Amino acid sequence: MAIDFAEEVDHVAHLARLTLDWEEKVRMAEQLSKILETARRVQELDTTGIEPTAHVITLPAVLREDLTRPSLPLNRVLQNAPTRQKDFFRVPSITAVKQVEE
Amino acid sequence: MKMKYDTVIGLEIHLELQTHSKLFCGCSTTFGQEPNINCCPICLGLPGSLPVFNRRAIELAVSVALALNSAVQQKSRFDRKNYFYPDLPKGYQISQYDQPLARGGYLEIEFDEESRRINLERVHLEEEAGKLMHAGDSIFDSSYSLVDYNRAGIALLEIVTKPDIHSGREARLFLEDLRTLLLYTGASDCKMEEGSLRCDANISLRPVGSTALGTRVEVKNMNSFRAVEMALNYEVKRQEEILSADGHIIQETCHWDEEKKETIPLRGKEGSSDYRYFPEPDLLPLTLEASFIEKQSALLPELPRQRRVRFKEHYGLNGKEATLLTENRTLGDFFEAAANDYSDYRNLVKWIQGDLLYQLRESGKSVEQIEPGLLVELITLLNNGNITRPVAKELLAEMVLSGKSPHKLVQEKGLGRISGQEKLLPLVDRVIAENPEAVENYRRGKEKASAFLVGRVMALSGGRADPEELSKLIKGKIS
Amino acid sequence: MKLYEKTAADLGRLFQKKEVSAVEVVRSFLDRIEKVEPYLKAFITHTPAMALETANEIDNRRMSGEELHPLAGVPIAIKDNMCTEGLRTTCASRILENFIPPYDAAVVGALKRVGMPLLGKTNMDEFAMGSSTENSAFFTTRNPWDRERVPGGSSGGSAVVVSAGMAPLALGSDTGGSIRQPASFCGLIGLRPTYGRVSRYGLIAFASSLDQIGPFSLTALDGALLMNIIAGYDPLDSTSLPESVPDYPLGLEEDVKKLRIGIIRQNVSKDFDPEVTAAVMKLVSILEENGAEIDEVSLPLTDYGLGAYYLIAPAEASSNLGRYDGVRYGHNAGGDDIESMFSRTRGEGFGPEVKRRIMIGTYALSAGYFDAFYLQAMKVRTLIRRDYAIAFNRFDLLVGATTPTPAFKIGEKTDDPLQMYLSDICNITDALAGLPSLSVPSGLHSNGLPMGTQLTAPAFQEGLLFKVANFLEQKRDPLPRWPRVELPEGGLQ
Repeated sequence: MAIDFAEEVDHVAHLARLTLDWEEKVRMAEQLSKILETARRVQELDTTGIEPTAHVITLPAVLREDLTRPSLPLNRVLQNAPTRQKDFFRVPSITAVKQVEE
Repeated sequence: MKMKYDTVIGLEIHLELQTHSKLFCGCSTTFGQEPNINCCPICLGLPGSLPVFNRRAIELAVSVALALNSAVQQKSRFDRKNYFYPDLPKGYQISQYDQPLARGGYLEIEFDEESRRINLERVHLEEEAGKLMHAGDSIFDSSYSLVDYNRAGIALLEIVTKPDIHSGREARLFLEDLRTLLLYTGASDCKMEEGSLRCDANISLRPVGSTALGTRVEVKNMNSFRAVEMALNYEVKRQEEILSADGHIIQETCHWDEEKKETIPLRGKEGSSDYRYFPEPDLLPLTLEASFIEKQSALLPELPRQRRVRFKEHYGLNGKEATLLTENRTLGDFFEAAANDYSDYRNLVKWIQGDLLYQLRESGKSVEQIEPGLLVELITLLNNGNITRPVAKELLAEMVLSGKSPHKLVQEKGLGRISGQEKLLPLVDRVIAENPEAVENYRRGKEKASAFLVGRVMALSGGRADPEELSKLIKGKIS
Repeated sequence: MKLYEKTAADLGRLFQKKEVSAVEVVRSFLDRIEKVEPYLKAFITHTPAMALETANEIDNRRMSGEELHPLAGVPIAIKDNMCTEGLRTTCASRILENFIPPYDAAVVGALKRVGMPLLGKTNMDEFAMGSSTENSAFFTTRNPWDRERVPGGSSGGSAVVVSAGMAPLALGSDTGGSIRQPASFCGLIGLRPTYGRVSRYGLIAFASSLDQIGPFSLTALDGALLMNIIAGYDPLDSTSLPESVPDYPLGLEEDVKKLRIGIIRQNVSKDFDPEVTAAVMKLVSILEENGAEIDEVSLPLTDYGLGAYYLIAPAEASSNLGRYDGVRYGHNAGGDDIESMFSRTRGEGFGPEVKRRIMIGTYALSAGYFDAFYLQAMKVRTLIRRDYAIAFNRFDLLVGATTPTPAFKIGEKTDDPLQMYLSDICNITDALAGLPSLSVPSGLHSNGLPMGTQLTAPAFQEGLLFKVANFLEQKRDPLPRWPRVELPEGGLQ
């Protein structure tokens, strides 16, 4: 069965916080269906009892000592801020949320 | 007939661990500083930056888990919890999903004179988010927000209980006991007002006798233990009313509104978020050697419940006294240090819970600042008859303030007891002469009148005379 | 011979012998850049002033008799996904167009300590996602061997600068072929080191469990010299390996006689351009004549590797790119509420390929699909590692073509992402296994384009890869040192 990505595009685009115009959505649906068709071939392999690989390194994690290091000067912290107010990063309202288009 | 409901509550407690530096970078964790000054490429989530574990955070997390009887896992893993929020610098939080640091566990609490065991689901480590400040009056009507990332990346321990709690009051007691325990471990300062301890609750009702869980509501923004109790009580009532009217509970997240004393549904957050957890590729799995866990276990101090039992058995204290001395680790330490040199333990407790705590409150000092030997010295002076009880009380106040030894203070201020007829009789004679009415009353059989006369002499002596000795002297004179 | 025509090792020697100054060397490259860069467009940001300043400093240090690294004073260019303090770092993306990092990547710090002048930041596919450098948000870089063709990608800019004599060395990054494929397309040595060998601190992440930084060079010796600088443990990168680093140039001349070499059947496929495969076999025969044992080996999971890669890498990318939300840095599209600001910022800031990968990755991790896609891909990754472990029981080295064809035409694959992905087919499985892999030029195609042979070794065997590359460099038929860049006016440069 072919994967029809069309139904998923809006949902996934919302999860990923990506505004896509209509054309992009159409193209995305078509391309992603094809790509996922290929990717889905991994399902043909029997992986019963196989541990997943998240890291190719099998060493345990290193721990650093609890020592403080100098932080960045404030002007460096804020130098790339697209919108700032005083010494803060400023963002638009976090509650006035429009309904996601379905 | 009105349906009866059981309340089912599960708590999620977030705890900032007391490390010097953040969980994954070297920035300071100091609270209350100017905005955005404890930030570096790592905790700001700048492109290219990478996390490295803080050993102390792991140690503290393990010690809390052990104190909570939770099974510390030799292998645990860190995952990314993906979501978008302006206080989240990387678009994901490094947390633990299906392989937490510790599983299970419990905390015994005293509820209505009975011991109750609240079971835990898990204990895991994650990173703190930044702090949002909202323009306008509240989160609900702000037109913009300001972000401060000083807090972002501080080590955060999450403790999740099973749905084992059945009332707001029980939730509060659990939190109080948990806080005591956590303070014992030294893992956190547990200041709810500074946000270093936070609690969210999941609450649902179900008909009595039913085993299926009802639809739950998540309550956030409860900023004190009292608020937790009130918010949960409010929710119980609210849900009861809806269910009794054959309504349905909506699964949602609510904010506790401290002003209005009600829970308000939080709009805008996705109802059931899809966090797309997956193993954090930038951090290798955490492997804790058995020896590491054993070492943390050995370093664990005696915990409040153990200590309470020991205090009762070893010092013969009653339950109330033992509780008082174990609720606060340093007060218990103070008691034990003092009890080394003084064996009338009950008397010692009386001094501590009465005058000492009062003077500490008055002076704003903490018990750590007081030398336990000084209190013993003071009680010994009194017991040996070197000073009187009123003087002892005065000296205690002085001692708490100045930290000076009671011996020294007695000498400096000439507060030693005045005793012996040659010193007391002139005072007694004077009082008798000045109060003929009282003398008369006594002779007519009013016992109280002698107490009055004793009081007068005491006042003249600056409290330094012994009331018993005085009483005998006065009665001898006027009988 | 002009200075810009020399290898890094030669330049280093001339500098050490005080026959040239670092400033002279830098000037020579700056002149070359001025001439050919307008026709190739390999740089996003040029840093001539910075290069001259470093050169001047290192000249002074040399004058004061300081002992210097063999590459001191030798200039370099780096891919624009490595953070440079105070210097714009864009990842060839609109979303980071004006981003100025307040810190240096670990490798950048290492280059600075040695005293290698930085000539600029090179073009790439946006966020290293692509195989042709056509996905740059700014412009397409051209292959100096044929300007109508792509240089490969994603590190196309870095390959081009070395190939066209605009820098003797460059750094790229390889997630699933992004160093080796462009090295092959541009006729260079390109190494993807063992995962964890080179610190990723300051490398803007594409897929964290796969990304590695590595060198582009004209010769094995140059690559070995550069690896000596950038390889090693870094306490700031938790996935950095504590293994000690050998002196790569020192082992270069060691004997390669008794090698057991496995030809990966899938990487000399009959579906490939036959000249590419023939060139691989030619190099293999050189090794055989020298006493190597040759046999074939099958890595049957190669086909599935592509699928696993195009789930794992996008999944990690979808998360790594979550931070570009318009709050702390980067493009911000504005908006009345936070959600629309996030979505518009990201919708405007990312290009089509990046969006595609974010979408695939988000999908593969989302509820209901995680097990069937992402988790299954991670399990296949385990099987692939196992395949290699078995192969390396029999062989010291695995070989095959680096790419199925030489460089393709600009625009040829832009409408078909899947065809584009297939151009990395030979570079993906060893990346998934975290192994070191090197592309060495194996000759010119009849159409005049370079072709590459890929050598893959067990973990930490970069030294072996350089040694074999060095041996082949000396024994194979000589190749033109580099392309004669055809300028539109008709003259050859």
